[in-house]
Amino acid sequence: MIENLLIEIFIGITIASAPLIFAAIGELLVERSGVLNLGVEGMMIVGALLGFVVISHTGNPYLAVLAALVAGMMIASIFAFLTQFLLTNQVATGLALTLFGLGFAAFAGRDYTEVTIDLIGPIHIPILSEIPYIGPSLFSLNPLIYLAFFMVYLVWWFLFKTKQGLILRAIGDNHDAAHAIGHNVVLYRFMAILFGGAMAGLGGAFLSLVQVPIWGEGMTAGRGWIALGLVVFASWQPFRIILGAVIFGGITVLQLHAQGFDIRISAQYLSMLPYLATIVILVSLRMRLKNKTNRTVPNCLGRIFHSTT
Amino acid sequence: MKYQLEISNITKSYGDLKANDDVSLSIKGSSIHALLGENGAGKSTLVKIIYGSLMPDGGLMKWAGEKYSPKSPFEARENGIAMVFQHFSLFESLTVEENIILGLNGVGLNENFTEEILKYSKQYGLDVNPQQVVGDLSVGERQRVEIIRCLIQNPKLLIMDEPTSVLTPQEVSDLFVTLKKLADDGCAILYISHKLEEVREICSEATILRGGKLVQSCIPQEHSQKELAEMMIGKKLTELARSNISVGSDIFSIKNLSRKSDDMYGVHLHDISLTMRKGSIVGIAGVAGNGQDELMELLIGEKSSSSGVLNFNGKDIGSMNSHERRQLSMFFVPEERLGHGAVPDMTLDENMLLSRPDSDGMTSNGVIDWKTVTSFSEQVISDFDVQTPSSRMLAKSLSGGNLQKFMVGRELIRKPELIIVAQPTWGVDAGSANNIHQSLISLADQGSAVLIISQDLDEILSLCEQIHVLSEGRLSDAVDMNKDGLEKISQLMVGGQKS
Repeated sequence: MIENLLIEIFIGITIASAPLIFAAIGELLVERSGVLNLGVEGMMIVGALLGFVVISHTGNPYLAVLAALVAGMMIASIFAFLTQFLLTNQVATGLALTLFGLGFAAFAGRDYTEVTIDLIGPIHIPILSEIPYIGPSLFSLNPLIYLAFFMVYLVWWFLFKTKQGLILRAIGDNHDAAHAIGHNVVLYRFMAILFGGAMAGLGGAFLSLVQVPIWGEGMTAGRGWIALGLVVFASWQPFRIILGAVIFGGITVLQLHAQGFDIRISAQYLSMLPYLATIVILVSLRMRLKNKTNRTVPNCLGRIFHSTT
Repeated sequence: MKYQLEISNITKSYGDLKANDDVSLSIKGSSIHALLGENGAGKSTLVKIIYGSLMPDGGLMKWAGEKYSPKSPFEARENGIAMVFQHFSLFESLTVEENIILGLNGVGLNENFTEEILKYSKQYGLDVNPQQVVGDLSVGERQRVEIIRCLIQNPKLLIMDEPTSVLTPQEVSDLFVTLKKLADDGCAILYISHKLEEVREICSEATILRGGKLVQSCIPQEHSQKELAEMMIGKKLTELARSNISVGSDIFSIKNLSRKSDDMYGVHLHDISLTMRKGSIVGIAGVAGNGQDELMELLIGEKSSSSGVLNFNGKDIGSMNSHERRQLSMFFVPEERLGHGAVPDMTLDENMLLSRPDSDGMTSNGVIDWKTVTSFSEQVISDFDVQTPSSRMLAKSLSGGNLQKFMVGRELIRKPELIIVAQPTWGVDAGSANNIHQSLISLADQGSAVLIISQDLDEILSLCEQIHVLSEGRLSDAVDMNKDGLEKISQLMVGGQKS
């Protein structure tokens, strides 16, 4: 009985944290290149809508996921064009992107509020999923959850094991120097922003294709903002995204179960916890780094690159 | 011997401004060739064209006899051209090894590069640790990283854009040893500088630019420093001389100042005492990093000092901030121009206003009178020959030398009773340096006290009547120039107080 509950909680946590992992790992790569895109929420909700629309018409989960990914990229390309070519302020442009995405999705999705779809279900890996306890909690999960964890590994591998990843980090650290030795700052940033969009789109799709079978206006409910916070929480280190997402996601799940057990903690206190944790981590990080070169925050984060030559 | 690089009739314009106008020069292998000129003479533009980061409007380049027109730095590096930039192009958050890999064509991360780096490091006496983070390195160490990054490509031409402007004298002589060794190994070096004494020491040929045009090619040893400087600026240098030395009563004193540095790389100050009188020019010589920054912070008022230590005109100023000190007519030019002496992203007008005590007619009841501010800035711009289209330009858009002229001028037009200047002519070309020196002298002639902290010994010797040496945080007594002279100063600079 208690084992089943634990497994249920565990699976609940993975489901709650996967969309955060997608959105945050995408934003992490973007910020590593020195760009701050506050439009994560907007890209997520458009991804959620497009995924939902495609699956409700075709019933094909692959097409739906692909549509969400492309939708996120399209929205991100607006941001990329404005900030990289027209040199607009990244904070303002990102905020505009979020507001635009929320409004656009609410408008375009108004005919789908009554529709329900079949959720993408978990897959059961043969043999492994038969193992007691471990099987159901690790080897019978939704395929997108595996993808989320794989993306974290992929981003880490790209950033720290490839030359292109090194160049991307260098651009985030000092774009003028990168330009001086001949690296294409704008191209790298453009690609990073598109990747961030694709990941945010996937995160959104996870909400509307895996978590709940309906479309609702504003269904991302601030998860894009949490993802932005997660990047800072993770101090721009890919694997720490998982830790952060599990804490944030876990608290949501525990909240539900705590009520079930009649534990009287106000939901408001529990919802506060992840943010308090972020503040504590930020302060402790700074204390530890005192008098040392900052290696975590990309130095050029949010700064406009304008080549004079 | 045939030429490694031949440049003929290169032209490059930005709008109406001709940055390079019909410039030609040729460099042989194994030679160190100087490119001389004032700030804004077109030196940087020319080397950017050679390095492929700028396209010329006209002209022709030949590399080892073949036509050469690089479209990117990658192409220049393919051909064997490497460059050390004036403002280092390093990435602070990355390690030395990662920085070096970033500047190389076609090197992946998998190859083990550490040994390769150590090999060059040993061969040319450039001591670096490949796994260290660049942000933790000193300026000299950073330059070694830049040079190794170039050497590892086995260049046939190494371009160095003002490599010594931020180095200590010891680092400079280490650098020269490396450069001579490189030239002996067959590498041509294009050496950009306005430090003429260095050029005469290591360069075998020199090309002089002025206002984008080629003035002359010559052998630097055949001309005196003064002649070279006059070719660069196109007019005669003023002879520095004091017209009126009348030293008056004490105006400023430091008594037994000690301070523990809170920076892990900082220098502790020990028991520093100094007295200055009206109308005197006092110099503090010494190699950078011996407590100059720490002392300057206390003098400016960025850090407060205990009572009874700093005294200006009979007032204890130890706990005053720099604004309050300026109101007493004590002015400063700090060493770091951007971010310390000026706000990089603000205009010259705004920077003019920010350093002012409020009693200056530039504001009335807190409202800024921009006309008055602009008239002050314009006065500085014309008096100190600052090259800028207008006073509404951002401070960071000016070249280092030009901004320095503006900042010195900004303080000097107030006719301060005491001015404290750190490295007054750092990165400033000969003509402007001459101009700044002349204004400091005439200020003293009018009865003000001038304190100069500089590691340029020639500057200290030509300006100051009273010379102290700062070494390892201790200040020497005034050196008697008639009795002990230069020898004593050099001794104090290297050996500290013990000798």
